Amino acid sequence: MFILEINPLVLPDIGLVFWNAIAFLILLVVLGKFAWKPMLKAIAERENGIEEALLRADKMKAEIAAMQNENEALLAKAREERAGLLKDAKETADKMVADAKDKAKHEYERIISDAQMAITQQKNAALTEVKNQVGNLVVEVAEKVLRKELSNKAEQESYIKQIAEGVKLN
Amino acid sequence: MASRRIKSLLVLCLSLFTLAYSGNAFANETASQTASQTADTNKVATLDSTAVGHEVKEFNVTETILEHIKDDHSWHLWGHTSISLPVILYTPKGIEVFSSAKFMNEHHEHIVYKGNFDYKIIEGKVKIIDATEAIDEAATKALWDFSITKNVASLLVSVFIILVVILSAATAYKKTGVTSAPKGIQSFMEPIVLFVRDELAIPNIGKKKYAKFMPFLLTVFFLILTNNFLGLIPIFPGGANVSGNIAFTMMLAVCVFIVVNLSANKNYWQHIFWMPGMHWSMKLFLAPIELIGVFTKPISLMIRLFANITAGHILVLSLICIIFIFKTVYASAIAVPFAVFIGMIELLVAFLQAYIFTMLTAMYIGMANEEHHHDHKEEAHH
Repeated sequence: MFILEINPLVLPDIGLVFWNAIAFLILLVVLGKFAWKPMLKAIAERENGIEEALLRADKMKAEIAAMQNENEALLAKAREERAGLLKDAKETADKMVADAKDKAKHEYERIISDAQMAITQQKNAALTEVKNQVGNLVVEVAEKVLRKELSNKAEQESYIKQIAEGVKLN
Repeated sequence: MASRRIKSLLVLCLSLFTLAYSGNAFANETASQTASQTADTNKVATLDSTAVGHEVKEFNVTETILEHIKDDHSWHLWGHTSISLPVILYTPKGIEVFSSAKFMNEHHEHIVYKGNFDYKIIEGKVKIIDATEAIDEAATKALWDFSITKNVASLLVSVFIILVVILSAATAYKKTGVTSAPKGIQSFMEPIVLFVRDELAIPNIGKKKYAKFMPFLLTVFFLILTNNFLGLIPIFPGGANVSGNIAFTMMLAVCVFIVVNLSANKNYWQHIFWMPGMHWSMKLFLAPIELIGVFTKPISLMIRLFANITAGHILVLSLICIIFIFKTVYASAIAVPFAVFIGMIELLVAFLQAYIFTMLTAMYIGMANEEHHHDHKEEAHH
C-alpha cells in the first residue's frame, strides 16, 4: 500500500522533464559560452603565467648565482692581478733603486779614478815642469858659474884638467 | 589538498544552513499561533499543521510527508498564504494558460476550473473530470501538463541564482585580468571550479580530453549542488524538492547518457560488443551484459541522486512528524535535535551527491574515451 502511494514519486512528469531539459540546456549554453570558457581559459592562463614566472624566477636565480660566481672570480682575479702588479712595481722600483745605486757607484768610482788620473797627470806634468825648470835653472846657474869660472885661462885649463882626470879612458 | 577544499566547502554549507534555519525561526514565530515552545519546532510544525490539520481530522504521516516531497501547482509559503503559479495545459483543443488560483475558492478548497475541459486538481495533479466529478481517464491521458509548478519555479530560481553568481564571477576575470588573484565571488567560485577540474575531470577523463567536457561537468555539478541546497531551505525560495524529483534526475541521466555515448570511441564499443582478449563464447556471453551496462550506468545515476535527496527529506519530515504522532510538544526534545542532526548530514549529502554524480559522469566519459593500450599485449598472448 505504502509503495503504491509513493509511486507518484518515481513517475516523472512530462512537464517537469520538459522544463528541466530547457533549464539545463539554457544553463549549459549560456554558462558554457559566457562563464566556463572564459573562466577556464583565464585560470589556465593564470596557471601558465605562474608556472612561467616560477620558471623564470628559477632561471633568474641561477643566473644571479652564476653572475655572483663570475663576480667573485673576477674579484679574485683582480685581486691577484693587483697583487702581481704591486709585486712587479716593487720589483721594478727595487731594481731601479739598485740600478741607480750601481750606476752612482760606477760614476763615483769613475769620477774618482778620473780625478786621480788627472791629479797624477797634473802632478806628473807639474813635476816635469818643475824638473825642466830646475834643469833650466841648473843649466843657467851652471852656465853663469862656468862663465865666471872660465873667464881666465888658467882656470879653464885646471878645469879641463880636472874633467879629464875624471874621465878615465877605458 | 582535496580534503581541505572539501572541508572549506562543508564549512560554507554549514554556515548557509544555519543562516537559513535562523531566518526560518523568525518567520514562523510571527506566522503561527498553533504553538510550540522552541522556535525550531515552531517552524516546521506550523507548516505541517496548516497543510494538513484543517482538512484532515486524523493525522496521516504518509500523506503529510508526501505532500512536502511531491510537486505542487502552487507554492505554499505559510498558513493559507501561497503563491499561485501559471498552469499551462496542452490539450487536443489547444493550449490553455491560467493561474493555479483558479483551482481554489476563498475557503482554500479545490474547485473545478472550466476551460476547454473541466479541470480539477486531484492528488496534486490536474485531471479532466466529467459531469459527475469523476476523473475522465481517456481525456486526462491526452492532457499534457507543462505547468510552471513549484519544482519548475524553484528550478528557475536556481537557474537564476546560478546565472547571476557564475556570470558575475566570470566577468570578474575580464575586469581584473588573469594575472591578479581572485576576489570576492570569484574567489568563492574558483576553488569549486578547480575542484571539479582537478579532482573530477582530469583524473577520470585524462589530461588530453578533459577540456571538452568541462562545461558539461561544471553545469551538472552546479545545477545539482544549487538545487540540493535550495531543497534544504524549508521556506521560499527553497522548499521545493527539485533534485529529489525523478524528472530532474532522469533528465540529467539522459544528458549523461547522450554525452557519454556520443563521445564514445571505437575502443569503447568494441569492449561492449566484442570484448577483446576473450574466447568467442565468452564474447557472446559478455555482449548483452555490457550492453545492459550502457543503460544501467545512467539509470543508477538517476536513482542514486533521487533516492538520496528524497530519503533525506523524508527523514527530516518523519522526525518532525514524531511531534504530531505523540501529540505532545515534549516530543520535540527528541525530534528537533535529531532533525537538526539529519539536516547537518543532509548538507554533507547535498555536496556529496553533486560530487558523486559529477565524478561518475566524468568516469563514464573517461571510460568511453579510453585509448586502448593493452591490445598489443593481448594479441601477443593469443
